[in-house]
Amino acid sequence: MEDVQKTLLTKSKRARMEQRGKFISFLCIALIVLVVLSIFYFVASKGLATFFTNKIKVSDFLFGTNWNPSETGTDGKPMVGALPMIAGSFIVTFMSAIIATPFAIGAAVFMTEISPKKGSKILQPVIELLVGIPSVVYGFIGLSVIVPFIRSIFGGTGFGILAGTFVLFVMILPTVTTMTVDALKSVPRHYREASLALGATRWQTIYKVVLRAAVPGILTAVVFGMARAFGEALAIQMVIGNAAIMPSSLTTPASTLTSILTMGIGNTIMGTVENNVLWSLALILLLMSLFFNIIIRIIGRKGALK
Amino acid sequence: MNAKKADKFATGVLYAVSGIIVLILAALLLYILIRGIPHISWDFLTKPSKAYQAGGGIGIQLFNSLYLLLITMLISFPISLGAGIYLSEYAKKNWVTDVIRTSIEILSSLPSVVVGLFGFLIFVVQLGYGFSIISGALALTFFNLPLLTRNVEESLKAVHYTQREAGLSLGLSRWETVLKVVVPEALPGILTGVILSSGRIFGEAAALIYTAGQSAPALDFSNWNPLSVSSPISIFRQAETLAVHIWKINTEGTMPDGAAVSAGASAVLILVVLLFNFGARFIGNRLYKRMTSA
Repeated sequence: MEDVQKTLLTKSKRARMEQRGKFISFLCIALIVLVVLSIFYFVASKGLATFFTNKIKVSDFLFGTNWNPSETGTDGKPMVGALPMIAGSFIVTFMSAIIATPFAIGAAVFMTEISPKKGSKILQPVIELLVGIPSVVYGFIGLSVIVPFIRSIFGGTGFGILAGTFVLFVMILPTVTTMTVDALKSVPRHYREASLALGATRWQTIYKVVLRAAVPGILTAVVFGMARAFGEALAIQMVIGNAAIMPSSLTTPASTLTSILTMGIGNTIMGTVENNVLWSLALILLLMSLFFNIIIRIIGRKGALK
Repeated sequence: MNAKKADKFATGVLYAVSGIIVLILAALLLYILIRGIPHISWDFLTKPSKAYQAGGGIGIQLFNSLYLLLITMLISFPISLGAGIYLSEYAKKNWVTDVIRTSIEILSSLPSVVVGLFGFLIFVVQLGYGFSIISGALALTFFNLPLLTRNVEESLKAVHYTQREAGLSLGLSRWETVLKVVVPEALPGILTGVILSSGRIFGEAAALIYTAGQSAPALDFSNWNPLSVSSPISIFRQAETLAVHIWKINTEGTMPDGAAVSAGASAVLILVVLLFNFGARFIGNRLYKRMTSA
């Protein structure tokens, strides 16, 4: 009797193994969540030190235009105006997205509506290869082809926002295209059939039906591309010139958050103002990445309602 | 313009746009390969680099890249396998799962430079590992985890539910079913994902410049003591990778033949990434055929 009771009341070997397995797999996932939380915690605590420990006003940091953290300005505070970098980042991001979007939509329409066969045989592998090319290679090509090209046309050094835009355009093009293709593919077939049955031409169907139905998906694709462009570091750092001054023209050296960050973090000492403001730049990057994420969610939710 | 003409015109424009994209890729690849391949030789691939003289190679950087890739995969594959199993087999539809999915999404969209800086702060500075392979591998793990996890989850989910039912009805626990039935079935998909992310890791530089370091000390390939800094298998030595090397040559500009070396190194980098891409497809198909008798 005792034995039966014992076996009934204790867990079998199998059940224990099951429990252990579930626990192990949960640990793995918990680790990922923990990593995300600690990234936010550590970057935020370093980035906010500028404002709490070094007593720099947030507005001076965000809207100041003089960046030279190792020297003090007229008000006795270090010159840590980050607006040149913030502006630089936003300008290259928007410009590259503006150029990449029509190309991406064109290619996606070609792949889904015009010639699916050529699309999947030629364009699909081309786009996969473009994704695979490492960012330093894009930077190197930018440095050895695009920068000299711009120099020969516009004069100056050739480094600057225009060169950065071109490099980022090629880098985000595959991302935006792939996601636009998915968006177009998810438009139901009967939309197209209905439009064609009404006598619309293929282009009318594409322009007035398919593209409009896919607007939320296309927007998501573009925001994704912008998020990538905003966070790209080395390729842009190699071609933008890294001058922390307010951009006044497209062909003079400028800088982005990522470029100043990669240049500076190794040359400053932990815990100093010079170092802390760099972490504040990293915090902006982190928050912007979060912001892009939220936008994508909002678009997704609004698109789903229709 | 009437509707028919507009249709023709638009079709022409779409062809042109697609053609331009193909041209861009062709130009990129041709440029790198034509400039780079003549520079590739056995000496170039095996000799150490020289900072201030012409004629340096990329031997140590190439080895570092491969070794770092191996260590990163050793760390990140088990974790993402476990995480993928949890998400596809155990996760219930509740707020906990939502939080998990959101954080994976956030992690995958973080700029790699931020991940690198976090690795720098935690492993290099706080834990005192210094610029080392292990710091780099851990930073790359964070960068790699979300994609690999999603890939494992999708591969597992693609396995038909009848397979799981068959396992369960034979008296296996869920965990055993997953390990012995579902994972083997999903292996081709998982492997393809691993190889593709290897290509991504191989070309990554932004997360590494402040974790694995920017210099490649000489290695003694007869020294197999894992704790010695000149040993190739040591994980506590500085290790500049190929991608970081290209970046460094181009930003510092002290190397007289920098342009040629970076063209050669870029060509090697691209060829390896291409190899990974084709390899992924080939092995995926091959394994699928062998395991499903299709």
